[in-house]
Order: sequence, then structure tokens, then C-alpha cells
Amino acid sequence: MAEPQPPAGTGPLAKREARLAWGLLFPTITAVALVVVLPLLAIFWISFKPVELGDLRAPEVVLREDIRGDAEAVGDTPNIRYRLRNSSQEQPITGVTISDTLPEGLRVLELDERCTLSDRDLSCDLGDWEPGFRETLNIPVEVEQAYLTNGLRPQDSPATSTGTASNVLTNSTFTLENFARIFNGEEFFEVLWVTLFYTVFGTIGALLVGLFAALLLNKSFKGQGILRGLYLFPYVAPVIAVAFAWLILFDPFSGSANALLIKMGVTEQSINFFGERPLALIMVTVFEIWRYFPLSFLFILARMQSIDSDMYEAADMDGASPFQQFWYLSVPQLLGILSVLFLLRFIWTFNKFDDIFLLTGGNAGTRTLTVNVYEQAFAVSNIGAGAAVAVVIFGCLLAFSIFFLKYISREEGL
Amino acid sequence: MIRKGYITAPLLGALWMVVLSVTIAVALSFATGDPFRPWIRGSLFWGAIAAIGAAEMAGPKSKGAQWGVLLALIGVSLTDYGPILRGAETGMVATVMCAVAVGVLFVWSIRQILTDVHLGQLTRHEFEAAVIRFLTGFGYIFFTAIVLIPFYVMVMTSLKNQSELMQNPLDFSIDLSKGTELLRSYDELFTQFNFGTYLMNSFFISVLTVFITLAFAIPGAYAVARLRFRGQAAFSRSILLIYMVPMIVLALPIYIAFSMTGLRNSFWGIVMIYPVTTIPVALYMLQGYFRGLPSEVEEAGLMDGLTRLAVIWKITLPLSLPALASVSLYVFMIAWNEFLLAFMLLDDPSKFTLTRGIASLNSSEIPRQHLMAGAVIATVPIMALFLGLERFMTKGLTAGSVKG
Repeated sequence: MAEPQPPAGTGPLAKREARLAWGLLFPTITAVALVVVLPLLAIFWISFKPVELGDLRAPEVVLREDIRGDAEAVGDTPNIRYRLRNSSQEQPITGVTISDTLPEGLRVLELDERCTLSDRDLSCDLGDWEPGFRETLNIPVEVEQAYLTNGLRPQDSPATSTGTASNVLTNSTFTLENFARIFNGEEFFEVLWVTLFYTVFGTIGALLVGLFAALLLNKSFKGQGILRGLYLFPYVAPVIAVAFAWLILFDPFSGSANALLIKMGVTEQSINFFGERPLALIMVTVFEIWRYFPLSFLFILARMQSIDSDMYEAADMDGASPFQQFWYLSVPQLLGILSVLFLLRFIWTFNKFDDIFLLTGGNAGTRTLTVNVYEQAFAVSNIGAGAAVAVVIFGCLLAFSIFFLKYISREEGL
Repeated sequence: MIRKGYITAPLLGALWMVVLSVTIAVALSFATGDPFRPWIRGSLFWGAIAAIGAAEMAGPKSKGAQWGVLLALIGVSLTDYGPILRGAETGMVATVMCAVAVGVLFVWSIRQILTDVHLGQLTRHEFEAAVIRFLTGFGYIFFTAIVLIPFYVMVMTSLKNQSELMQNPLDFSIDLSKGTELLRSYDELFTQFNFGTYLMNSFFISVLTVFITLAFAIPGAYAVARLRFRGQAAFSRSILLIYMVPMIVLALPIYIAFSMTGLRNSFWGIVMIYPVTTIPVALYMLQGYFRGLPSEVEEAGLMDGLTRLAVIWKITLPLSLPALASVSLYVFMIAWNEFLLAFMLLDDPSKFTLTRGIASLNSSEIPRQHLMAGAVIATVPIMALFLGLERFMTKGLTAGSVKG
């Protein structure tokens, strides 16, 4: 008699379960692939391309049609005029053709040699166009009675044009110039330094302020819920609303903060908080701390409330002072959540774009890597360079994430 | 050395008086528009003296002495040598108010801080407890001030007009006799700047985002949390990774793709893109919750002949309603507050979301009370929702929102 064996490999039930799992995950995977993975690949592709903002619109034939000269009596000889232009100053267009239907009652007197006319259908093969090419095509015609009775003008039937232009996004021109440009000397190191300053101090500051707030609210009293809700405001409000509120509060000309400081005699002249060099960076970092301390506060408070209070009672009996209790009991207990928060917030602060963009637009020495993407791509209109910065960001992120996944234990549950 | 009562008490008292005088001066300046100026050296001096009085006589028998300290403080504050100095034009009422505030608040709070502090040698316990009470008091004032001031400025600026703002940027008092005229900025935003449309756009986009996100995330989260399949661990890790890709990196190719396909500047383009940014968060939050549900209930359902999908629909979802509420709120908040994509992808004023609409108000031609009124319009709904459903929101925030 054979011993009963556990089934080898995956049985039909397990297979069905796996199939169901993939079925349930399929929509998510597709969506994420389309919007995350594909753009990431695109970013790598674009970063090696000499693309400008203007290149996004493919070059096309611009065509205007009108009739010149009198066409009011039988026998008049006006010209039908086609004004043609290549919309791009950089890209050629190859194989340009136009076609049009002439209205009834216009007899063509003379035809350009590149054009053919069959019945009333005109078609012209105009060959290849250089960038910025312009041409005017005149077709002299004689007016007949039918034209006058119908009242149809030549421009009433729209002329169509064709032509192929190579799109810089899909052709095979590659360049390393984007990277050369962004790594160019001092500017890059300044951006990197600003990013590091902002990220490190923003993260640590938000953690410490959050810890302080959590210590305050880690006891039950009347109004604790209200205060907890209140302290979350900065995080919950739309960033655009609070950023503009800060800008108005600290406005150098008519801001209340400056008025207050001047009246209190702290400063003689108004301070341009978001416009001076070292100060602007400090201010955006302070804004970051202000906006994100609620998050660390919430996490730390949640962890604190799960610490057993017996331990503190025992320490009290043993004569530990409040500061000793904090340092030797609370801090070790909170270290786990603090390190997780630090790592996650570090990455998120590194990725932050909106705040600085709204507060200073990256001016006055506050240009971080993320703001640089926007700056290069849209302000300087060099999409390729913007993509190159994005690739650098992604590289940093990958490094952080590998470190992060190695370091973080699953027990913290994040 | 510092643990001697006769050093601790005046030290804490002096520092506390500085904290209080700065707070009161700032509060009164913002409330009345008159200059109130904390005099730091004076505050240190009077605080130290008053604290000795309060500490020495703290206790049930010292009612009279407290009144003495209180009246003395009010008296000093009325002179030009008190903790807070006033401008020449400050009225009588404000001066008296200021003095009374200084006296009453100081005596009341320093008595709390210096409970058990006497003038002799203090134990470490007594000393540290007093310091902690001092820091606590400071913390409450500090946090409440930094949170409230920007919002206060936002609301009050939106109720003023250009000339009032220019005349005295410090004056946030509002003239109630103007009645509905106060709300003029709001009226103009809704009648001339299409804010009604923006509000509706933002609302519909956010609600649609919530539904689409849930439709994708619930099955996905269930699969990751409950079903066994190859690559499960790798998958749940990659959710975390995707969660960390910065939006600005993706925004550039999305902008290009949308420009080329004509999805830019369309309502549906935004509705397509928002859920994808929130699905990883929602999936992450939900799978954590699903893992915490007892699997026995579901197995019982399976034994009774329900299919997996029916189990999800009839057992898992009803059990996870609180988590769904948290996730929905959180996703709604992300979509409502989203700025970057709206800013890049929308150019046509009739399709703006609220955040995009506010960004368009930021020009030198539009007065800033309009900008602030716009900010208030965007903030109030999300705050109301948040305060109303604070329980879910807090839970949702802790569950998955290190993002932001």
C-alpha cells in the first residue's frame, strides 16, 4: 500500500486561486503600467532626445487660399492664390501635396507644372520642403457665367494638404547633450545642495516638531480632540491655499508679518522673506516643516498611546524623573516609528514639488531637483533636459528605495 | 544650583512672561491693528518678580497675596514700563484690555506652572515637572498660533478690500456694519470668475476619482492580502515602490502624451489620470486592513458555497466599511487638493478645478482678497468634511498617508 503523499507542485485549487488573483489584479496592473511604467520608460527615452517644447507640435503645412483680382463679370481674369508655409523653423516636411476642388465656372488659363487638373479637381505635388519654407502658388482663371450665378468662392471648398514630417520624439536622433547641460558645473551642485538642505532639515524638523506636539497631546483632557483636529489643519488644507496664505502673510510690501516686525521694532526695513538668498531656502524649509509636522505628530501619537502605562508607573516608583522617563522609556519605544517616518518622509520631501513651486517658483536659491524638472522643461522649454533631471531624480529614488526595503522591518507595518 | 526654588521660580516666571507678552502683543496687534510691542527686558524683570510672589504664596491661604500680585501687574502694565509697550495712538480701552490680559493670564498660568515649587531646595522631580509644565504651556500657545495665524490671515484678508489692506496690513478687525459688503470678493468670484463651475468640477472629479480608485483597489488589495499566488511578495513591495515615484517625473511624459492625443485640457483626461495616482495608496491601505480581518468568516462563507467574488461582496466589504470610509476620504482629499496635474494639463478656464482656478487668480491684476477668498472656498469643504468625519480621517491618515 502506498504511503499518502502531499501533492507535488501546484494542484488545481491553487492554480484556480492564482488565476483569480491575477484576474483581480489585472485592472490595477494595466492602469499602473500605462500611467507609471510607460511614462518612466518614456522619460528615459526623452532624456536622450533633443526635444524642445515647440517640437511637441509636429510640423505641418499651413495653407491659406483666396482669390485676388476682380471676379465680378464674365471674362474677368483673377488669380486663385494658395499661400503655403512650413509651420516649423527646424523640421523639413517631405512629400507635400495639396488638393482642392475649384468652384464651377472658373476656367483655368495656365497651370503650374507641378499640378494636374482633372475636371475641377486640382492636385499639386510640391515635393520636399526645407524648414521655414514659404511659397505662393498662383493659378490664373477666367470667370464664366456659372461662377457668378452659383456664388461659390474658391475658399468655400477647403483645400487639403498632406506631407510627412519626422517627429523628433520617434526618430533615431539621440544626444547626450541634455545630461551634459544639467550636470554643467556649479548650477547642478547648487541644485543638489538645495535639495539636500531642504530634504534633511525639512524631514528632521517635521519629525521633531511632530514629536513635541505628540508629547503635548499624549494625555486625555477636555478639548484634546479639538486640538488634535486643529493641529492637522496644515496637512489637510489644499497646498495652494496655504502657500498663498503664507505668501500674503510674509509679503515684503504689505504683509502682516513685516508690519508686525517693524512695529515691534525687530527690524527697520521690511524683509523679503521669499526673495532673499539664504532666507528663502530657510522659509520654504520652515513651510515644509509646518505643513508636514501633523503627519509625524499623528503617527507618533498613535504609537505613544499604545505604550503600556504600567512601565511608567514602575519607573515612577523607582524614582525616575520625568525627563529620565522620556529619555530611557519613551524614546527607545518610539525609535522604530521615528526611523520609519524619517525614511518615508525623507523620500517624500525629496520628491516634493508643489510647495516650493508655489512659494518661490524655484527663485532665490530654492531650486530643488524637482523644481528643476519643471524649470528646464517649461520655463527654458527644453523638454529633453527636464527629462534628464527626472532621470537623475529617479536614480536617487531607486537608491533610496533599495536602502529602504533592506532597512525597514515588516513589523512596523508600513 | 538651578534646582533651588528661588532660582527656578523667577527663571521660569521671566521666560513665561516673555512668552505671554509676545503672544498677547501679537494677538492684540492682529485683532486691533494698533502696535503692541513686547518689551523683552521688562518682561524678564516683571516676570521674575511676579513669579517669586506667586510661588512663595502659592497654596490655599494666599488668595490675598495673589490678588496683590495681579493688581500690581495690571498697574505696571498700564505704565510705560510694563511688559508690553503701546504706540502713542492706542486707545484707552485697548490699553486696559492689554494690561488686564497680562495680569490675569500671567497669574493664572504661572500658578499652574509653579505648583509645588517653593523657594527652598527642589527635588529633581519637582523641578522637572515644573519645566515640563512650562514647556507644555509654551507648546499649546506655539502650535495653536502657528496653525491658526495663516488661516486667520486667509479668512480676514478675503473679507477686506484693497485700500484697507494697503492702509494697515496689520489691521484684521472687520467692520460688521458693512454687512454683506464684506462678502464681496466671494460674490465676485462666483459671478465673474466662474468659481461655481470650478467647485462643481472639483467635486465631480474628486467623487469620480474615489469611485474609480475603489473599483480598482478593492479587488487588487483583496488579491494581495488573501490569495496565494506566485509573486505576491514582490507585488506588495512594488506597490510601495510605485507609491514613491514622484509625480513630477511622471507629469512630463503624461503632458506629452496628453498633448499628442488631445486629452490635455479635458475633464476626462483628468478623471483618467487622478485615480492612477491614488490607486497605489488605496491598495496599500486596504490590503493592510483586509489582512487584519479574520479569515475564518470568509472560509465559512466559502464552505457554505459562496464563490470568492460573492465572499468579497457579501462578507469582506460589509466588514470593512470603516476602512472604506477612511480610504474614500483620503482619496477625496488627495484629488481635491491636487495641484500639479491640474496646473499642467488644464488651460481652458471652463474646465478648471478649484486649485487650478486659484492658481489663475495669482496675477498682479487681481486683488489679493480674491485670491484669499478662492483659498477659503477651496479649504472650507475639505475642512468641514475632515472635522465631521475626523475619526475616519485620522485613521485613514495613519494607515497609509506618509505620502503627501
